[in-house]
Amino acid sequence: LTLLQGCFAYLALAMIGLSILTVTMKNPVHSVIAMLALFVHIAALYLFLNAELIAAIQIIVYAGAVLVLYLFVVMLFNIKEEAHKKIYHDQWPLAFVGSVFFLVYFVLIAKNIAVLPKLGPHTVEAIQKKGSLLYIGKELFTTYVLPFEIVSLLLLIAIIGAVVLTKKGA
Amino acid sequence: MVPLSWYIILSGVIFTIGAFGFLARKNIIIMFISIELMLNAANISLVAFSHYLQHIQGQIMVLFIIVVAAAEAAVGLGILIALFKNKETADINEVTLLKG
Repeated sequence: LTLLQGCFAYLALAMIGLSILTVTMKNPVHSVIAMLALFVHIAALYLFLNAELIAAIQIIVYAGAVLVLYLFVVMLFNIKEEAHKKIYHDQWPLAFVGSVFFLVYFVLIAKNIAVLPKLGPHTVEAIQKKGSLLYIGKELFTTYVLPFEIVSLLLLIAIIGAVVLTKKGA
Repeated sequence: MVPLSWYIILSGVIFTIGAFGFLARKNIIIMFISIELMLNAANISLVAFSHYLQHIQGQIMVLFIIVVAAAEAAVGLGILIALFKNKETADINEVTLLKG
């Protein structure tokens, strides 16, 4: 086990444990806090994969913005009323079986990755020399400029939708 | 060197946990959080592929997924607040307005 594999093992175990905590916690506030720790671990994993821009965005957008939004909504709901209730549906074993199928599927995929396509131009050395931001920016504003504009429209729709939905008297 | 398949399996495990949370939990907020979990699992595998195929495309897809997730969170939580104003509950089983 090399140092890199040891770090990956720690991150993987922590991420699996934290995501189990996230879906099994009774109190939604605890769930969101576990999710916050999970996102920090995911950002660390991105650093191992030479994706420093994605790691920074993960922290800023997910841990900083999305989770704060979730915390606000959790605060608005009354969490005391369901302290004594069951937290799972009665059919939860079915859900368990159904989601285990996903896992089997992923393991089959991971075992059968044999033929990889031709490697691209963005090697580790190239990214470490100029930084991933340069390459992402170049691709984003040339090849992916149309999706980029569409996504800005999507954000506008989301803003309008959120305002309309939560307006008084809606 | 960490093999690519480890990342895929890790991503699969997190996706599985998210899918289970979405299917089995009653609380609407936890269901939304489970969706975020599944999106993050997909992001992990995309960044891993981007690293191992030495092409930046995967990271750009991750950027778009993060934008879509943020938009989904804003609209979804808006719907939750509108729901809470009408029903005063976070239990998905009590939202039966479509029932005849």
